[in-house]
Amino acid sequence: MANWKVILSIAKTHLLTKIKQTSIAALGVTFGIGSYITLVSFMTGLNTMLDDLILNQTPHIHVYNEIEPSKAQPVSLYDDFKESLNVVHSIKPKLSQKKIHNALPIISYLERNEAVRGALPQIKTQIFYIAGSIELGGNLTGINPIDEANLFNMSDYIVEGSAEALQNTDNGILLGIGIAEKMTLKLGDRVQVSPINGGTFPLKIVGFYQSGIAEIDAIQSFTNIKTIQRILGEANNYITDINIKLFDIEKATPLAKKIEQQFNLKAIDIKTANAQFETGTSVRNLITYAVSITLLIVAGFGIYNILNMLIYEKMNDIAILKATGFSGKDVQLIFMSQAMIIGFAGGILGLLLGFGLASLIATIPFQTEALPTVDTYPINMNPLFFIIGFTFAMISTCLAGYLPSKKAKKIDPVKIIRGQ
Amino acid sequence: MRVVLEAKHINKYFKKPVLFHVLKDINFQISQGEFVSIMGKSGCGKSTLLYILSTMDTDYEGELFLDNKLITGQDRDHLSYMRNKHIGFVFQFHYLLSEFSVLENVMLPAKKLAEKSYQEIEYNAIEKLKMLNIEHLAKKRASQVSGGEKQRVAIARALINNPSIIMGDEPTGNLDSHNAENVFNIFKRLSDEEGLSLLVVTHDEDFANKTDRTIQMEDGKIIL
Repeated sequence: MANWKVILSIAKTHLLTKIKQTSIAALGVTFGIGSYITLVSFMTGLNTMLDDLILNQTPHIHVYNEIEPSKAQPVSLYDDFKESLNVVHSIKPKLSQKKIHNALPIISYLERNEAVRGALPQIKTQIFYIAGSIELGGNLTGINPIDEANLFNMSDYIVEGSAEALQNTDNGILLGIGIAEKMTLKLGDRVQVSPINGGTFPLKIVGFYQSGIAEIDAIQSFTNIKTIQRILGEANNYITDINIKLFDIEKATPLAKKIEQQFNLKAIDIKTANAQFETGTSVRNLITYAVSITLLIVAGFGIYNILNMLIYEKMNDIAILKATGFSGKDVQLIFMSQAMIIGFAGGILGLLLGFGLASLIATIPFQTEALPTVDTYPINMNPLFFIIGFTFAMISTCLAGYLPSKKAKKIDPVKIIRGQ
Repeated sequence: MRVVLEAKHINKYFKKPVLFHVLKDINFQISQGEFVSIMGKSGCGKSTLLYILSTMDTDYEGELFLDNKLITGQDRDHLSYMRNKHIGFVFQFHYLLSEFSVLENVMLPAKKLAEKSYQEIEYNAIEKLKMLNIEHLAKKRASQVSGGEKQRVAIARALINNPSIIMGDEPTGNLDSHNAENVFNIFKRLSDEEGLSLLVVTHDEDFANKTDRTIQMEDGKIIL
């Protein structure tokens, strides 16, 4: 029944003759949506960056041999003491080997699993960096550099040199930047390392590693697997850790459990290892959304106010429209469509404003020691934010328009006309 | 003569502030082409009666027929449609939409009815304005024309859908004698030449005396 052409032309005339009020209402929406887009892009950009800082380098599942006491002490295996209370003092950890037994077959087994993107062997060991008479303690990790670069974005943290150079150089080392500074070493120099069981090995520096976490950079270096096996004097099946990256991070927990049971190894999944991290992310997201929704609600009240005023001003018009045959519904639609037009125009402008501001922020330089790969403030421009922002603009203006327009629908023309 | 509007046993009560019997058993008919005025003192219920007849006020007892069809108890959307198509209004205050042009004001009820194309409606609207000698105002904003002219624009608007009856609530009450005379002559001509029925509430005795029939009201009853 509604005659949209007439309704929209009346709505248009009302809006255009009150252009000042209209634009103020629309600007309210524009600022609401604009700041929502800016805030969300910026906050999620920062969140992603901080998450990546940890998560990119962290395997989804880390498999290794844990040194721990036996779960069942011999006394509990003995049937005669089953009914009695056994107390065992100062339990020592069980002597077990560091290396993963049958590591290579396990890796090829894991790689056949469809959920696994890659399983990489690592050898972790403690060494000393030797500078004259000074010995600095540190960690040396044997890796497959190219695979690490592909799966764990290793290249992002190599500030000089490259993963390829490490792969191709026998006796090469990717030195932590903190150690390099302490020992004033530069690319191409040699550094002597000594494993705990003795001996010194000169290694050629093919690159520097900077994780952004100073404590790690002061001890951690990388070399390739063959080199470290040689340093330790172990066979080429000596592997101490397996790092697994999955396609879907959600599958980490069940798969880790399965690996523990199947191979009798310790398998830590990323969720367990970084539980506090997830909490931080979700709280930050919560704050972002709380602020954004507040902004949008304020904008909604602005529209509500202005439409309310408009309806008081237009009492006579409403009465005359009703007297000449416009139904209450028509009148309601006139005011609803005004709210929707304000919401639509304000929303579109808001998206543009948000896009502009976010793009502007993305060009502001942001340099920090901790983040070697970041030059400007991180912005995450997800199309979803634009969709959410626009939808919210339409919904909130719809609600803000609904109440005043319902009042307009109910106005009794007789009262207005006779009231004069 | 065909009966255009018929009221049967209309009763109305005001419930606030105290129960008050405003209209007491009103019965009358208006035939086609008849020019009827309603006279009475302030507070006798004549305007109340008019708004019941106009279908805008639905809170009454009794029956109301328009073109021999019962309209009492119809839903509001249908009543809006009936008002749009069959009833034209002229009020004491000229009630135009001040932000629209004169022509748009006249065209609006026809656009709502949407039975004709835009061009036809525009043509008809200009014809009505010509008939009332105000076609030169067509493009002006409604807020920029004088009182007498506004009332003629309101009459043009009331005529746009070729209604069965025109109702007026003291349409000359706010006009000087010259303009009042003018409006009366227009009504008279519409009644005589176009065969339109008119029902006008007025205080003006001269105006009432010139109409075909005058209904005298007192204390909610028709006395003459």
